[in-house]
Amino acid sequence: MALLQIAEPGESLAPHQHKLAVGIDLGTTNSLVATVRSGLSVVISDELGRPLLPSVAHYHADGRVDVGYEAQSKQALDPRNVIASVKRFMGRGIRDIAHRESLPYDFEDAPGMVRLRTIAGVKSPVEVSADILRTLRLRAEAALGGQLVGAVITVPAYFDDAQRQATKDAAKLAGLSVLRLLNEPTAAAIAYGLENASEGVYAVYDLGGGTFDISILNLSKGVFEVLSTGGDSALGGDDFDQRIFCWILEAAKLKPLSIEDARLLLTRAREAKEYLTSHGVAPIAARLNSGEVLDLKLTTEIFTEISQTLVAKTISPVKKALRDAGLSVADVKGVVMVGGATRMPQVQHAVGEFFRQEPLNNLDPDKVVALGAATQANLLAGNRAAGDDWLLLDVIPLSLGLETMGGLVEKIIPRNSTIPVARAQEFTTFRDGQTALAVHVVQGERELVSDCRSLARFELRGIPPMVAGAARIRVTFQVDADGLLAVAARELTSGVEASIVVKPSYGLSDEEIANMLTESMVHTRDDAQRRALKEAQVESQRLIEAVQSALKSDGDLLSAEQMAGIEAGIAKLQTTALGDNRRHITLAMDDLEAQTKDFAARRMNKSIHRAFTGMSIDELESRTDSSKSLGEPA
Amino acid sequence: MDFNDDHYALFGLPRIFRLDTSALDRRYREIAAQVHPDRFAQAGDAERRLSLQWATRVNEAYQTLKKPLSRAQYLLLLAGHDVGAENNTAMTPEFLMEQMEWREAVAEARLAREQGELEQLHHRVKQCMSSRYEQLAGLLDDQHDDLLATDRVRRLMFLEKLLFDIDDAIAALEA
Repeated sequence: MALLQIAEPGESLAPHQHKLAVGIDLGTTNSLVATVRSGLSVVISDELGRPLLPSVAHYHADGRVDVGYEAQSKQALDPRNVIASVKRFMGRGIRDIAHRESLPYDFEDAPGMVRLRTIAGVKSPVEVSADILRTLRLRAEAALGGQLVGAVITVPAYFDDAQRQATKDAAKLAGLSVLRLLNEPTAAAIAYGLENASEGVYAVYDLGGGTFDISILNLSKGVFEVLSTGGDSALGGDDFDQRIFCWILEAAKLKPLSIEDARLLLTRAREAKEYLTSHGVAPIAARLNSGEVLDLKLTTEIFTEISQTLVAKTISPVKKALRDAGLSVADVKGVVMVGGATRMPQVQHAVGEFFRQEPLNNLDPDKVVALGAATQANLLAGNRAAGDDWLLLDVIPLSLGLETMGGLVEKIIPRNSTIPVARAQEFTTFRDGQTALAVHVVQGERELVSDCRSLARFELRGIPPMVAGAARIRVTFQVDADGLLAVAARELTSGVEASIVVKPSYGLSDEEIANMLTESMVHTRDDAQRRALKEAQVESQRLIEAVQSALKSDGDLLSAEQMAGIEAGIAKLQTTALGDNRRHITLAMDDLEAQTKDFAARRMNKSIHRAFTGMSIDELESRTDSSKSLGEPA
Repeated sequence: MDFNDDHYALFGLPRIFRLDTSALDRRYREIAAQVHPDRFAQAGDAERRLSLQWATRVNEAYQTLKKPLSRAQYLLLLAGHDVGAENNTAMTPEFLMEQMEWREAVAEARLAREQGELEQLHHRVKQCMSSRYEQLAGLLDDQHDDLLATDRVRRLMFLEKLLFDIDDAIAALEA
């Protein structure tokens, strides 16, 4: 069989080698999928030419689900089974959800994340999001004519670990391979910065349907460096609808509404908000189920007044982000507006007034995030073209820490740390003879554990009995490039270890995901087995290409014998991948991975050497911090 | 180049306090561009793991050297002085008195919800710190008086904490 040609980094690929990758903006109100075609980032529309997909899922008794406009149109008819704005529930417990009482859903309190009871069964927000993502995946695969190698999925910069993990789980459930979770304002900055060849400090003000982010970035010679980020993961256009809704209730002196009427009025509220973007007065008319007829007029003045506190709520995170970046308004060269909700004139006005300059609106605020994500996906998939040499340095939005004695938080990684980042700290035991240690991982800025979000708990057991304060427990936090955290603990005198990928308390367990995957397959035309095999084949092709390209550029690092070994591994995987045994393919991939482990390390060293010349070498001294103590498991 | 090199050696920069920060920025970006996980999204597991470790390492080194306080602490650590150790926190009464005065002023402004006053305090602490950093540079790079420098770094740690608390108070008023 003919060897595939591999392009060197920086060389453009022939069209047939172009890997299919997409960027997905999974929004509260609308979602989009975009890809790079002939060097240009474009949104993929549906068969009717509509670029947006309303993030609304309608569940039917037979288990079917409609996603998009069709579902949206049924909101008032079947409010309990039409789920909208599900992003607000991702990684959230029932007590975290604002305006719960005015939402028409049948919530079920579940450990970690809230669930929704529908006619098709109890749905986790992760499953609903997966249904939206699956619709976008199928749309993209149909338009591009093949299976995707992966997707970059955007999340609000201010999403915490639980919300990020939930998003990644949803993508997995939808059959997408996640190349990266990318912060929405950063995605917008990529689209904007590359389009305009911008240099300097930029602020990205991103007010979406349900989330607000502000990011301060420094753009310089192809490097997008996020300096700080802030926001509110429960503030968006939906809240403005809610204000109008409340105003309608008061203005029309309405009695408590049925859920159908409430849904109808929320829709009217949203329409009025959109109408006011280009008009001074919006008529609001509706005939309710109760027989009442509504005929009101909402003026821009009233709308500005009733939403004033919401707009103000976005400005304080902006101030904080600027302070965190060590900058003032005068340092900001431009303000990029992102998200449909920034179309509201009072928002434009407030932002312009604060930054003392006209905000930049030259990119479509609905599409800019998806377009930036597509550009990043294209790069990560390996379709690097000449001139595509840019680098993204992002940060974590919220501090990560541990609970210490007395319910206090010891911060391990401060907010706005550039990722990936790792930090270790030593702790000790509180009691004589303490043999176990409770590790409680939290995220947030407050000093009390009860004011922060609990991410995970785990225990380190088997510590040899010692006097209080004698044990040395090193706890290591590692945040990866997706902003996801893993924690490990190790007692240094005995070597006892425990580690966790932060997930259980707010995410879903792997088992739950596996079950959902099986269930979801029943209702889709996808053949689960065939898809899994196809995925393994795509994966193995990716690995073969990676290794071949490595051999081509750095083969001189290997002896003839090692080279022959790796080539044999490639040949074996190529043959196996032609068959239909998924397990054999996975095993052959593992073998090839093992064979190339040393080679990978040598290549990494070589690429670092490339960046600079030889220098003196000193021992890195390990740092010993004075130890705080951690409690015993309850 | 070795994973266990010190932060200065990693960037190939001289081991001094008066660091050329634009050279540091440039070096950091050059190396980050080589090792960032985005460059290895299509690589095998082993390479992806290595890339994560290296990118983490480079970020840590950059963050440590970028800010003057952590840079001074690190320089002293390389010379065998652990500034962070809490067993040596004896400060002169004058310094402690000055600290108390600062803190009282912050507490008063916070209680009175005087955001302008807090911003003034922020500005004054900043100014005070910048002259102290200049003294520190002399101690570290010219006089090579590590013991006195260690004491001065401890004082600056108090001021950094003070600045952090002022910013916190401002943020609380804005929220």
